[in-house]
Amino acid sequence: MDILEKVTNSDYKYGFYTNIESDKAPVGLNEDIIRFISAKKEEPEWMLEWRLDAFRNWLKMTEPEWAHVKYTKPNYQDICYYSAPKPKKTIDSLDEVDPELLKTFEKLGISIDEQKRLSGVAVDIVVDSVSVKTTFREKLAEMGIIFCSISDAVREYPELVKKYLGTVVPKSDNFFAALNSAVFTDGSFCYIPKGVRCPMELSTYFRINESGTGQFERTLVIADEGSYVSYLEGCTAPMRDENQLHAAVVELVALDNAEIKYSTVQNWYPGDKEGKGGVFNFVTKRGICERNAKISWTQVETGSAVTWKYPSCILKGDNSIGEFYSVAVTNNYQQADTGTKMIHLGRNTKSTIISKGICAGKSEGSYRGLVKIGPRAQNARNFSQCDSLLMGDACGSHTFPYIEIKNKTAKVEHEATTSKIGEDQLFYCNQRGIPTEEAIALIVNGYCKDVLNQLPMEFAVEAQKLLEVSLEGSVG
Amino acid sequence: MDMFKDKLLSSFIVFENQLNGGKNTPFHQQRRKAIDVFEEKGFPTVKNEEWKYTNLKPIFNKDYNVFLSSEESLEFRDVRRFFLSESDTYKIVFINGFFASWLSSTTHQNYDVCTFSAALERHRDIIDKYAGSIGRNEDNFTALNTSFAREGAFIHVPDGRAVEKPIEIIFLTTNNENNTFSQPRNLVVVGRNASCCVVERHQSLGEQASVSNSVTEIFADEGAQVTYHKIQNDGENASLIDSTTVKQKKDSTVTIHTFSFGGKVTRNNLEFDLEEPGATANLYGISILNNRQLVDNHTVVNHIAPHCQSNELYKGIYDDNARGVFNGKVHVYPHAQKTNAFQENNNLLLADTASVDTKPQLEIYADDVKCSHGCTIGQLDEDALFYLRQRGIPFKEAQALLMFAFTTDALQNLGIPELKNKLNRLIARKLSVSLDFDL
Repeated sequence: MDILEKVTNSDYKYGFYTNIESDKAPVGLNEDIIRFISAKKEEPEWMLEWRLDAFRNWLKMTEPEWAHVKYTKPNYQDICYYSAPKPKKTIDSLDEVDPELLKTFEKLGISIDEQKRLSGVAVDIVVDSVSVKTTFREKLAEMGIIFCSISDAVREYPELVKKYLGTVVPKSDNFFAALNSAVFTDGSFCYIPKGVRCPMELSTYFRINESGTGQFERTLVIADEGSYVSYLEGCTAPMRDENQLHAAVVELVALDNAEIKYSTVQNWYPGDKEGKGGVFNFVTKRGICERNAKISWTQVETGSAVTWKYPSCILKGDNSIGEFYSVAVTNNYQQADTGTKMIHLGRNTKSTIISKGICAGKSEGSYRGLVKIGPRAQNARNFSQCDSLLMGDACGSHTFPYIEIKNKTAKVEHEATTSKIGEDQLFYCNQRGIPTEEAIALIVNGYCKDVLNQLPMEFAVEAQKLLEVSLEGSVG
Repeated sequence: MDMFKDKLLSSFIVFENQLNGGKNTPFHQQRRKAIDVFEEKGFPTVKNEEWKYTNLKPIFNKDYNVFLSSEESLEFRDVRRFFLSESDTYKIVFINGFFASWLSSTTHQNYDVCTFSAALERHRDIIDKYAGSIGRNEDNFTALNTSFAREGAFIHVPDGRAVEKPIEIIFLTTNNENNTFSQPRNLVVVGRNASCCVVERHQSLGEQASVSNSVTEIFADEGAQVTYHKIQNDGENASLIDSTTVKQKKDSTVTIHTFSFGGKVTRNNLEFDLEEPGATANLYGISILNNRQLVDNHTVVNHIAPHCQSNELYKGIYDDNARGVFNGKVHVYPHAQKTNAFQENNNLLLADTASVDTKPQLEIYADDVKCSHGCTIGQLDEDALFYLRQRGIPFKEAQALLMFAFTTDALQNLGIPELKNKLNRLIARKLSVSLDFDL
């Protein structure tokens, strides 16, 4: 028990705040604020109209309550919808980046400079609302790959943005997606041309810095016919007593024969041990697969006070493939309602769902998933496995799978288990001289292996460390 | 649906006036409370999460007779096929909601196997103690049933007794002229270390539409053993909404078998409360449907106490435009350690137009538990079919043979041999093959 407490009591390492002067919009939400954001970003008229339309839709919607989470609803008029580190000027090289900012990223363990040289990962960094730096942009451009912030994309590649924005997650899709569509301030945009295999991992790092702000980023990844891209996403926030809102939208478009691999390591501030503060993470992520295309979601969820997130795949084209690998760790008072939707529309479509939940302390973790096989989806195949590991007797773990089958040729399997770490497993390790805490780390690591194996190398190491930190001392 | 709701609300006043002296009993207070609940909630729509896949509109948009007339012309040979013929059994038979004494065989010796109305006279203490205390009073249909509860089966087995014969409960409706709406109410109270075995059936004999809203409450005291079989093989215009709630004490075992082969819409709400350590709940179900039939199995197992077990196994075969819904929930309360809960739902789809919606759920608030659920949807194994046909077994029979094998798991625990044979014949008829293999 003591060890358990120790593990669960470890601290959030990324909870510092960087004193960077920032440019903020007035608090509140109305059409003027949206016009303000749009003007700040020097957006074309159609973009503003699109935002306003989303906002009007949002006004008619109510916040969803079906998820198995409890929280005080944020007051949407109390949030600052735009905050950008000052001074905002075009940055061409790293030398021009605010040194304070660079220090922030060094503390986070991602020295932009170092990363640029050593790991060959192109990074787009978003602080609060604005993309501050995109590395390797020119090098990628040589291959025809566009990788930039979405606000740059709106200005520079309006036809691409116009064609795909909102096609996967319509602007009135749900409450949080509509809100995001109205006020999104930045995010990443990526386009891989036909037949190009992106030579490096593309990565976005999100950071909430200012207090009283929400973060609303929008990511759009388009993989044209026969292309391949692997995309990473990471996030942290300072420790604050207030609950900060993060409502992002991610849209993936995989055209014929394309493949997108999207990995997330989510480590927003989870609140303190009494459940005070923390980020509300209400995210809509969805991808659409055309013929023979493949989308693979991998997520390691360790942060956030409340998580509401269902990365989904619409398997529209024949022979397309959707995958979802997830590890969700909750501790203290964290709550996570996460899972996926696999919507099979095309013939011979396949999907795999592997979800591993780990709950400790007084937290609650839920898996909520939908597997839907449409009447025309001949020979569709799905395999789902959702396991939960409970540590401590005050946490809760839940499974809510929805399976809707409208075609007789479908083969669907779903299985779920809930258990705690076996005493005999621990005993076996102890017997061989492995201390209990290490034994638990070993067992948890083994338990998550199926998912961690899906992560790109650099992330896998980070994720493994993160797991250890999140669960430090939570052994019962 | 609102029209029929209004009719029910006004019928309640008529019903109340029919009761005469019964108005002042504590049970009637429950009826009053229940009608208020129903008035507030009405019929559930598909917007209600629990009714997401089952639309009741086509059923309740019609008008139904709420007060049925008694029918005394039926004779045993007319309805013989609905009974177990070879076994000696106790029988509680109702026609249009009225007790048919000439078809029944009840007893008050050693234990009570009789009607709810008789128990209202004879065992008011038991009624007041248990009736309404086990059911989900906030549920729309349970509330509706409670408000009109008057007749049904009543079984009371005192401590240490065993009912040596199976008990058959049969609800018949003759609805040749009008649509009928009936609401039987059953109560089964089994004392410490007592046991009983029940077979329940709802059957409409006419052509018109009929709906039964049945509520059964089962109480199993310490060490009690209860086995309850539900056979649902009604006509194409007959719908059934069945709510069965079970409360279990220490070391008791309750097994419920649900066999759904017919009916327009069949909804089974099955809920278990395992209140003391050592209780075991078994839920077995087989659904074989074709045409436009729908079966919706909603089960909830509440593990309130530690060291309890639950096993759940539901098998479904769906052909034509049939639809199957399964929603199973296992809820493990805080401190219900050492819980073992197992849930499985397997489905076969035989036609393109058939569909299955399944939602197995786990809600777990204790850590030292073993809980699992699995569900599959698939087709018959091509290789197995080929193997059988290669050996001269025609396609249809080969298919049936495999489907029999598919359902066997859920059939093998049947304690009454005759019932097993009867079910095998029913399944064979449903799959339209002649049964020449023994199982």
